[in-house]
Amino acid sequence: MELIKLTIDGELLEVEKDTSILKAAKTVGIEIPTLCFFELKDMGIENKPGGCRICVVEIKGRRNLAPACTTRVENGMIISTHSIRVLNARRTVLELILSDHPAECLTCAKSGSCELQSMAQQLGVREIPFQGEQSAYRKDTSPAIIRDIDKCIMCRRCELMCNEVQTVGALSAVNRGFMAVVAPAFEMNLEKSPCTYCGQCVSVCPTGALTEVDHSRNVINALADPAKTVVVQTAPAVRAALGEEFGLMPGTLVTGKMAAALRRLGFDYVFDTDFAADLTIMEEGSELLDRLTRYLKGDKNANLPILTSCCPGWVNFFEHNFPELRDIPSTAKSPQQMFGPIAKEYFGKKLGIDRKDLIVVSIMPCLAKKYECQREEFKVNGDPDVNFSLSTRELAQLIKQANIDFNSLPDEGFDNPLGESTGASVIFGTTGGVIEAACRTAYELFTGKKLEKVDFKELRGFENIRHATIDFDGLPINIGIAHGLGNARKLLEDIQAGRNQFHAIEIMACPGGCIGGGGQPFHHGNSEILKQRAAALYKEDDGKTIRKSHENPFIIELYKEFLGKPLGEKSHHLLHTKYFDRSSSVFVEE
Amino acid sequence: MAKIKLSEKKKQELKEVCKSFNNEKSELINVLHKAQGIFGYLPAEVQESIAQELNLSIAHVYGVVTFYSFFTMVPKGEHPISICLGTACYVRGAEKVLEEFKRVLKVQVGETTPDGKFSLSCLRCVGACGLAPVVMVGEKVYGRVSPEGVKEIVAEYNS
Amino acid sequence: MSQKQLRIALRNCGVINPEKIEDYLARDGYQALGTVLTTLSPEAAIEIIKKSGLRGRGGGGFSTGLKWEITRKVKADQKYVVCNADEGDPGAFMDRSVLEGDPHSVIEAMAINAYCTGANKGLVYIRAEYPMAIDRLLTALKHAKEYGFLGENILGTDFDFDIEIRYGAGAFVCGEETALIHSMEGLRGEPTVKPPFPSESGYQGKPTNVNNVETYANIPVIINKGWEWFSRIGTEKSKGTKVFALAGKINNVGLIEVPMGTTLREVIYDIGGGMQDGAEFKAVQTGGPSGGCLTTKHLDTPIDYDNLLEAGSMMGSGGMIVMDSNNCMVSIAKFYLEFTVEESCGKCSPCRIGNKRLYELLEKITQGNGTMEDLDKLRNLSSVIKDTSLCGLGQTSPNPVLSTMENFYEEYLEHVTFKKCRSSICKSLMTYIVDEEKCIGCTLCARNCPVNAITGERKQAHYIDPEKCIKCGACMEKCKFSAIFTN
Repeated sequence: MELIKLTIDGELLEVEKDTSILKAAKTVGIEIPTLCFFELKDMGIENKPGGCRICVVEIKGRRNLAPACTTRVENGMIISTHSIRVLNARRTVLELILSDHPAECLTCAKSGSCELQSMAQQLGVREIPFQGEQSAYRKDTSPAIIRDIDKCIMCRRCELMCNEVQTVGALSAVNRGFMAVVAPAFEMNLEKSPCTYCGQCVSVCPTGALTEVDHSRNVINALADPAKTVVVQTAPAVRAALGEEFGLMPGTLVTGKMAAALRRLGFDYVFDTDFAADLTIMEEGSELLDRLTRYLKGDKNANLPILTSCCPGWVNFFEHNFPELRDIPSTAKSPQQMFGPIAKEYFGKKLGIDRKDLIVVSIMPCLAKKYECQREEFKVNGDPDVNFSLSTRELAQLIKQANIDFNSLPDEGFDNPLGESTGASVIFGTTGGVIEAACRTAYELFTGKKLEKVDFKELRGFENIRHATIDFDGLPINIGIAHGLGNARKLLEDIQAGRNQFHAIEIMACPGGCIGGGGQPFHHGNSEILKQRAAALYKEDDGKTIRKSHENPFIIELYKEFLGKPLGEKSHHLLHTKYFDRSSSVFVEE
Repeated sequence: MAKIKLSEKKKQELKEVCKSFNNEKSELINVLHKAQGIFGYLPAEVQESIAQELNLSIAHVYGVVTFYSFFTMVPKGEHPISICLGTACYVRGAEKVLEEFKRVLKVQVGETTPDGKFSLSCLRCVGACGLAPVVMVGEKVYGRVSPEGVKEIVAEYNS
Repeated sequence: MSQKQLRIALRNCGVINPEKIEDYLARDGYQALGTVLTTLSPEAAIEIIKKSGLRGRGGGGFSTGLKWEITRKVKADQKYVVCNADEGDPGAFMDRSVLEGDPHSVIEAMAINAYCTGANKGLVYIRAEYPMAIDRLLTALKHAKEYGFLGENILGTDFDFDIEIRYGAGAFVCGEETALIHSMEGLRGEPTVKPPFPSESGYQGKPTNVNNVETYANIPVIINKGWEWFSRIGTEKSKGTKVFALAGKINNVGLIEVPMGTTLREVIYDIGGGMQDGAEFKAVQTGGPSGGCLTTKHLDTPIDYDNLLEAGSMMGSGGMIVMDSNNCMVSIAKFYLEFTVEESCGKCSPCRIGNKRLYELLEKITQGNGTMEDLDKLRNLSSVIKDTSLCGLGQTSPNPVLSTMENFYEEYLEHVTFKKCRSSICKSLMTYIVDEEKCIGCTLCARNCPVNAITGERKQAHYIDPEKCIKCGACMEKCKFSAIFTN
């Protein structure tokens, strides 16, 4: 590898050829401030349009300043990253950006985690010397995401996520010059675009231009209503990330504290979506076995490979983009939506609570879940199975609002019966986890033998698209895994072209799986955080006594007492769904 | 937003246009030019059809349409009037001519008169700087236009 | 008018029938291509262009031969040569004239360019607003193919080359080569950071050489007459001639072509025939919207790339607009900024927001609300925009502000401190006043005032209420006795 010698702020250094000035400076501990630049290392995600011009530096002999994020090092370069000329330019550019930004920090959803706000602080901006016209766009509220694009600074991160990474194509830069902004086609509402609500745009937006729809107020109202019984379910990925909001190290598991906090917030029953994840495995695993058995018997209509269906962003994606493949995904509902009817039709009935008086709240790492629980097919006479879905961030906000000292809470457990779960369900929160959980159960059900080694390490990792072959006692089962919708698209196109021979495929819409979901604490481009969250989930799995879904005693009980058997009539009614062709509904404007 | 329903015939014509460029994504701008030639403007449906044919997102197509000033989503008037605001025309008083057109037609730049007869737009240099200030009505070029001459030009098309 | 002119790029314009390839052939057409293909290696041909000293005529002024050499040296399975014919400067139309008057010279030069760089595909990116140039170019392409100057095995060699047309769609920024390439790829014409230069990664990610029309038009002549001949014309660092679009307040307007080193005075007075109506010369703006305004003290500056840059302007594509005392320099700066604001692509913040703020500051000043602090802001903001913008558009857009502030600072001061516009252009700063000596009280002005701001008895001097007056100037135009004036 060729090395380049250069000087940055008087320091002589050697870095690999093609390194950017930004990264070269980092190697000697010099931080150059950035705004539009964004990357998720090792995941092939990098945004560096060179547009914000905050990271400009002075290179000796060059006429104008150079953006550190996109300028490559060259031999003999002499660079100043903080000269007076640079500081003046950087600050003036920031003042310009602020001069076209609403000064709404007091009420802005992003306040406190806004990168523009911290940049203003870092560069010591106390007043904005430029006045003039400000962008004025319509605020757009969808079921999951709010676009308040007066706050857009054209960093283009969302555009990258929506188009390059997720290949959803809901957003694009539109207009030109001062009017340029990122928006859906015809600047119509996001709801009318092919948006999947994966929320990756929200998770990378540096400002409050893209935020989640806040449902915490609805939850507070429900909690305050004495006529309502409020139960809460928490998704696996939440426990691996919530602690970050309270200053804990990424990857700190806070399962116990989370349960304690929820109880103190006033939820009547603190349950676990993991329980429903075990249930999902029962249904989805059985479906896989059913299709596999039919396939092995020569049934050409057995619809293999089976695709997982736990991820609502992914469901939206194939309904919009691959409606012709909609009979391939498992018909099993997602854990969130399995939990809903079980809570209302089984648990609620057992306690004699009318479903209208039972409020189900979910805590999710995800924004698409907000949309999922509002789908018509998940309602009974207008009453949704899951009433409100809060993101991890909204929960953290609620805990802070309630003045709960999260870090000193004792570890508490979940309530029963819908709080007991296995290790298999915990790993649902990371890429590869769902299919690993399914394999643990499917193996035993298919072979009738006990699975000795429950860890399928070959299914783990962060590689975009992974393949593995699992030995089902002599029968090789080919598994495909994709995380990120762009990778999912590639896999699907391969299926359509008949290029792959998978029996089962797991897809999660977000890079890294739910741990990297659009509702998680902001990772600000640090992919290590995602890896640590994943490691935390595998650790929790490892520590569990029961690690196969079908061995969950409360699941066994539930089938015995209420559901009958997997894929049975009651299951079919409560736990399975169907998918729609939404390809043509992309654009119809009145 | 202008909303039209495309006839099957026009839809087919549009498909043919895309096909003549091999449905190649990189030919988007050429396709948009042809489409605007057929429809006179680029309503949402046309953009949607093009997006489908070239396998692009509609947002992408719209992003491109709104970037280039040649493309319009508003139907132009029967007689589109363009005032050149190039430098040569500007220093010779094109702005006053523009003001007069706005006054006479009672429309702003980018608008069309209610009867659909005239639309008003500005452009940058038609390469006839010797004739500055220059006004174009359709394909016809008027040189050395003065504010006083505006009414006369409009009258030519109003009979 | 032709005394001081020397026509190289425009040598055939108006001389031959552009729709007849035979006419072009009769004037040594395609002879240079023949020479290059049959007697020269690509390296040798590049050497000739390098030695000629030809620099890019699109504005940048980069050595053409060097550019070719860089593209030549990049290894790739496919390369492209591109002709930038997206002439977007308001007030410049030299590219159009060449394409309409002598399209084959561009085709021939592109073929030579392709041979030299190792490309076999050419693209012309042309403004859709130039229908006649497009027609002529298409006709010329057809003829060139029929005669075997395009296609496979050109002139019996193993060199293949063909040209396609791509249309611009009205975006000034597409004159920037990376933006142009993105536009040809069907994308928004947003520029990207260089490096990588197009010579490394251009159209469809392949090495691409972009030159503008006028640059190409020089190539066949250089090959035919030799680099020695060409390099004898012009100044030390700027060789050959330059085409200018002469416009504004002078007697002879139109395209001219003069050797580099000709002075502005020669251009304006000898070729341009002096100021119109005997008016006093005030300024000349060169370099299009991102150039600067030069003044009397620059009249004897020899025109070349470096001198113009040093004087605070630039060559640009060759617009040259002459102004007299009726032009307010603050308004001129505002006019150019309005253009930049409209044409900024919006990708980088200093250009997207900074130019808008510059424009707003200028507007504030022309409305009589400017302060001394605003002048400081103008200066600092201008220098930051130049220093931090992503592409050539933003890096030069404050030039009209800086150059007018440099050369006509007193006009800025007058606007700010005395609230006065000496050229009577800034409406807000004008007051319409009735000269009581001259007014005979005919009431014509009062009857024509759209806002009833004028009062007065018949046969008595009238009065204009400055509060009501909207400064439309109708009264002054109607008055038959020149009794209304402005200050």
